[in-house]
Amino acid sequence: MKSAKRSAFLYELLKNKVLYMMFLPVGLYFLVMAYLPMPGIVIAFKEFTYNGGIFGSKWNGWTNFRYFYESGKLWQVTQNTVLYNIVFLALSTAASVFAAVLLAEMTGKYFKKIAQTFMFLPYFISWVTVAAIAFNIFNYDYGVLNTILKKLDLVPVDIYGNPNAWMYLLPLFYVWKGIGFTTVLYLSAIMGIDHESYESAQIDGANIFQRIWRITLPMLWPTIVILLLLGLSRIMRGEFDMFYQLIGDNGLLLEKTDIIDTLVFRSLVQMNDFGMASAAGVYQSVLSFIIIVSVNWLVKRKNSDNALF
Amino acid sequence: MSRGRDEIILNVFAYIMIGVIAAGCVIPFLMVLMGSLQSEDSVLRNGFSLIPEQLDFTAYRYVFDSPAAILRAYGVSIFITGAGTLISLYFSSMAAYVLARKDVKYRNALAFYLFFTTLFNGGLVPYYLMIKNYLKIDNSFTILLLSGMFNVIYILIIRTYIAGSVPDSISESAKIDGANDFKIFMSIVLPLLKPVLAAIGLFIALGYWNDWYTSLLFVTNDKIIPLQYLLYKILTFARFSQQILSQNAAVAVIDLPGETLKLALTIVATGPIIFLYPFVQKHFVAGLTIGAVKG
Repeated sequence: MKSAKRSAFLYELLKNKVLYMMFLPVGLYFLVMAYLPMPGIVIAFKEFTYNGGIFGSKWNGWTNFRYFYESGKLWQVTQNTVLYNIVFLALSTAASVFAAVLLAEMTGKYFKKIAQTFMFLPYFISWVTVAAIAFNIFNYDYGVLNTILKKLDLVPVDIYGNPNAWMYLLPLFYVWKGIGFTTVLYLSAIMGIDHESYESAQIDGANIFQRIWRITLPMLWPTIVILLLLGLSRIMRGEFDMFYQLIGDNGLLLEKTDIIDTLVFRSLVQMNDFGMASAAGVYQSVLSFIIIVSVNWLVKRKNSDNALF
Repeated sequence: MSRGRDEIILNVFAYIMIGVIAAGCVIPFLMVLMGSLQSEDSVLRNGFSLIPEQLDFTAYRYVFDSPAAILRAYGVSIFITGAGTLISLYFSSMAAYVLARKDVKYRNALAFYLFFTTLFNGGLVPYYLMIKNYLKIDNSFTILLLSGMFNVIYILIIRTYIAGSVPDSISESAKIDGANDFKIFMSIVLPLLKPVLAAIGLFIALGYWNDWYTSLLFVTNDKIIPLQYLLYKILTFARFSQQILSQNAAVAVIDLPGETLKLALTIVATGPIIFLYPFVQKHFVAGLTIGAVKG
């Protein structure tokens, strides 16, 4: 029985050997880059030394996690990561649905095209360039904002020394960077709505606001829900690129802007604090996994078409 | 059909709102451009302003006087983007073809093998140690190319595209004629994938072009850093721009216009993308629509 199974397996491999060989490059890539590091999570339960490496270092149980918890970082970065992600998700959904609905109703073809091209610009540039833009505007000594404030005889503001300001600026930058992209997603969903429903509603005397409220938005709802769920499943994963470029290692801002990803990076690369970095990293990976699987389970129960897997 | 009052009101509102949003997306760039054209003196005296009193090209003159470091970084970025995108597309579509072939018995297992990596990963620490201490491929083009080379979602999108637009009968009849699977893929399937590869290729290329994270983690050798990381170092480390420009012995470090130079370098590094993206934007949109088709 067992050998029959094995020979069926070998037969399949032999029969399609060329195809399996064709899969090999990508298969090997993920084996090395994704699967090989996975056992390395044991490092979170060890006291890392360079000589010992991942597998030779001494076990120390939950010490790293206790340290992560007792430093107060665990609660702080979890809160920041989750809250920022919720705000990002809500604002960018609202802004892009708003923009998509307006773009769909606009009559001027060229204006529409040019506006959309403009809105796509931030999507194509790197966060490094965004950091340069932020520096140009908010830099205390020479920034445009303070130049204007000084001209108006107002007191210059120190944005890079004020953590509260970034609670508003980070969501703004996030929406700004992605609005062209997400608007296209919703716009193409609107374009897919059957035209006849609009026409018959118009004949029945519905004005354009009623048509948007009663037809466009309800028809967009499934798309909104799918994109929200996709976003929700990534709620423990922070936008490292944005936070690291805009905030960097500015200690004044960390309390309100440190997320799990920046904490892991800083602990690992700058402070060589392997205990903190690996404990926070494993905490994030495990929690993320649980969240994705549960979100998917919930979606599947309601409507299996929308499930992620 | 004549337009009603309600539609006119909405259109006026839409023009204003979309106009404001679109302007808000572009104006920050113009501000950087304007700042880079200000004289260092006026910046130190009054700060950056929206419109410079008079145009001053000093910062750009310094950049173009000793362009070696910037040209090198451009070269690195172009090489990595070009080579990385081609390699990625070639092997991604090959794997996607295997996953789309219904006669491959374990194709669902293989798809899950790929997909699982998006659900769970070992985190940064083991990955970092593996690259640096075990594989020892930091500070090399290898890591710049490998990091982020394949994206599972892109492979699954290509698979869906193949399943929807390349009929099984093509592969079957070619097989009866004696062609092997690799040949079928190369001569029949690959040419049919042009639309999806163009769209996915742009996403991959943009990822490579804008990548600075890999260098931040693994590259300390300034000779192989890509453009975006060079720009990051210029913006972050006050002396770095002076270092790379003062290779020209005629320029005394102290004379360099620090603040305007940062912005000028930002413009030089970002300019080409700004000119290119309007032409590729429609392929991006096409890519999104292809990706939206669930399989």
